[in-house]
Amino acid sequence: MSRPFDHVEGSGPPERPGPGINQPALGVTGYLRFFWRQLTSMRTAILLLLLLAVAAVPGSMWPQRSSDPNGVIQFFDKNPTLAPVLDRLQLFDVYTSVWFSAIYILLFISLIGCVLPRTLHHLKALRAKPPRTPARLERLAAFASKELDAGDTVADAAGAIQAARAQLRSGGYRVALYESGKNLSVSAERGYLRETGNLVFHTALIGILFAVGLGGGFGYTGQKIIIEGQSFVNIKGAYDSFTPGRFFTDAALQPYRLTLDDFSVKYEEQSIQAYGQPIDYTAKVTTWLPGQKGIDSTIKVNEPLALGGSELYLLGNGYAPTITVRDGKGNIAYTASVPFLPQDANLTSTGVVRVPDALPEQLAFRGFFYPTAGELSTGALTSIHPDLRNPVLTLFAYKGDLGLDNGIPQNVYALDPTDLTQIAGGDSGTPALELRPGQTVELPDDLGSVTFDSASPPTAAADDWSQSVPRYISLDVHRDPAQLWVLLFACLATAGLLTSLFVPRRRVWVKAIEGEDGSLRLEYAGLARGEDPGLDAAVAAIAERHTEGLKA
Amino acid sequence: MTETFDSFALVAIYSAMGVYLIAFVFFTLDLAKRSADAHAHAAAPVSVGQNAAAASRGTIATLEREAPASSAAPPRRIERAALALTALAWVLHVAGAVLRGLADGHVPWSNMFEFSLVSSAIAVGVFLFLQFWQDLRFLGTYISGFALIVLGVGTVNFYVPVTPLPPALQSYWLIIHVFVATLGTAFFAVGAGLSIVQLLQARREADRVSRLRFLGTMPKAEKLENLAYRVIVVGFVFWTFTLIAGSIWAFHAWGRYWGWDTKEVWTFIIWVLFAGYIHARATRGWRGSRSAWLAIVGFGAVAFNYTIVNLFFKGLHVYSGL
Repeated sequence: MSRPFDHVEGSGPPERPGPGINQPALGVTGYLRFFWRQLTSMRTAILLLLLLAVAAVPGSMWPQRSSDPNGVIQFFDKNPTLAPVLDRLQLFDVYTSVWFSAIYILLFISLIGCVLPRTLHHLKALRAKPPRTPARLERLAAFASKELDAGDTVADAAGAIQAARAQLRSGGYRVALYESGKNLSVSAERGYLRETGNLVFHTALIGILFAVGLGGGFGYTGQKIIIEGQSFVNIKGAYDSFTPGRFFTDAALQPYRLTLDDFSVKYEEQSIQAYGQPIDYTAKVTTWLPGQKGIDSTIKVNEPLALGGSELYLLGNGYAPTITVRDGKGNIAYTASVPFLPQDANLTSTGVVRVPDALPEQLAFRGFFYPTAGELSTGALTSIHPDLRNPVLTLFAYKGDLGLDNGIPQNVYALDPTDLTQIAGGDSGTPALELRPGQTVELPDDLGSVTFDSASPPTAAADDWSQSVPRYISLDVHRDPAQLWVLLFACLATAGLLTSLFVPRRRVWVKAIEGEDGSLRLEYAGLARGEDPGLDAAVAAIAERHTEGLKA
Repeated sequence: MTETFDSFALVAIYSAMGVYLIAFVFFTLDLAKRSADAHAHAAAPVSVGQNAAAASRGTIATLEREAPASSAAPPRRIERAALALTALAWVLHVAGAVLRGLADGHVPWSNMFEFSLVSSAIAVGVFLFLQFWQDLRFLGTYISGFALIVLGVGTVNFYVPVTPLPPALQSYWLIIHVFVATLGTAFFAVGAGLSIVQLLQARREADRVSRLRFLGTMPKAEKLENLAYRVIVVGFVFWTFTLIAGSIWAFHAWGRYWGWDTKEVWTFIIWVLFAGYIHARATRGWRGSRSAWLAIVGFGAVAFNYTIVNLFFKGLHVYSGL
């Protein structure tokens, strides 16, 4: 249905029938029409908007799978009875839930049902002439009049109206001349841009919804941990985790290779309050596209690297101590840099090493890494600075069947020691292994030895630990082909919003009435369509300028 | 140097709070005086209430005089003094923010203390500069009280010493996004103040009796509604821009423009509430008091977003420094 844009909802006659009036039966189409009218009414739109605001609240109260999956797992652990109930109500997936979707889909249907007819109405209005001059201008909200005696003026009624027409026209008004009896008048309207902006704003919102909904389906996100010196090739299997969109195909992954040459962190040294706070992360990488030479680039926080149609973000980092394990027979059973997960701001980190190739028995280690170890009053170690100043690695050692052959997937960052025998640390009777970079310790029972390899260059001083342990970065790789569309629609929406709120739409009439004695009575009136605080001033200014121009 | 600037900043802020306190007392005294004035005017032959009643009974063409009582009233010296004190306090307040910025070496809105400092300064600034457009001095008690509370909570509960900018905040979007958010907050604060007076006024107009006699010296509910609308619409544009700028920054920093982070959720909720407010203005049955309530609830959500969400909700916007 079409409404003028300045129509105030519910201003018609009361809809409720009086007592004793039989309403005609509506029938199916009647009811459909009724519901459509209800849905596209402004009242419903307001209710849906408020409902949407309320429905968005729970998503900030409980962790969401989309933004905080670990939080959801923790919540399940802490509240085993409440969590499944909340889960049934989709309170961990609020923004994809049935009820949230229902609200915004209804809102957008209501929006489309409102925008379409108004667009048609507006297109008609853009072609139509300004409306006929009302008979009694003095009844309008803004009104001014001037009497000019015959001697004062150089113009007759026709001349005055022509002057008014030219003046209004140059002021951006669309004009039309009307004549009724002896009265000549010009009718003018301006500010069509207000409704245009309004329609652009609402259409752009629909555009954003579609761009987000459809475009997101063609993209993907992936995470990859890269240790200094190591490489990453953009294929699905190389990611540590990978979330494809609904319409993703492997063709969306453009081939490239990336090597992390160096990752450096700067820490605050001046301010006592912020001592040790990181103030800069810089990852130096070399990238190769097929058939091209390598290019040196940097990735920083807030400065992603655009590569192969995707963006690469530096989102996390940590230490990856290089650990070598020799088994009971003296053979190297394991050697690798193992990413340890940071647990606090000073990068106390935990990690797990599994050595399935050790003989005679498989070995496993649970480790703590302290980049700058300090002792708590309890005697336990903790890290007191995130940089490498006093690096210490402690390991709990286990032997036994690691269960890797039974096909059950295991978390690489966690070790379940239930079926293993602890041989160092805890209650095993042997203290936990404690190593500094370059040191080796023997395992009990002749099971072998563990070495914490130092990555320091041979030229480094003996007490300079700054390069002794490699760092790793955690890269997030995103591809979202719709993002430019979303940005475009967002800009359109802002432009539409600005014009629809601040361009005044008004009608102005100027009427000239010629007296018998040649005197001239000029009437000016204005009518606001929508919010227009400046109407009175505008009409007064028009009247002032027009009469000045007519004076002899 | 940093410590010197920071301690000067605190001196300026505490001085500003002292002057705001005096301005607040003066504005309140003025309200009391307004009550007395309104009482005197009620005894006059044509009171505001009768005038309005006559207008509603008469023909459509009847012109309504706007707030006759205030224009006829003698100039209020206390109010003038209060406004001058507010301006003085504001200068000290802005000086405090500038000094804090110098101590920081970056824009002074990177943690909650600094955001309190700047957002309240902008709210008072908006209030002061709106005086050139409309006489809004009757909001003085509200605004000076607001600035006092925000500064008080900011210095006592949110204060953190100067720290370098963490890598996540090292972006020019910090300057744009957060500053526009403070602007939006300031306009919403003034709008909410107008809406509160509007609600009180509407109640008084409906009953023709109110113990808050000073309302008689203030604009009518409809005028207040129009003023509130115009202020809030400006705030809404700023808020829209905050949302978009925030999305662009989120895209640069976190790799996605929208991820339903708690802060994003609340920014969205506030945007939707004020969108509802703007629609309510064009819908019969929602105009007037109901839309005023929406404006107040919307500003309540802004305050909630700034305090409770920042401090107690888990999310990516962890910059309170506490």
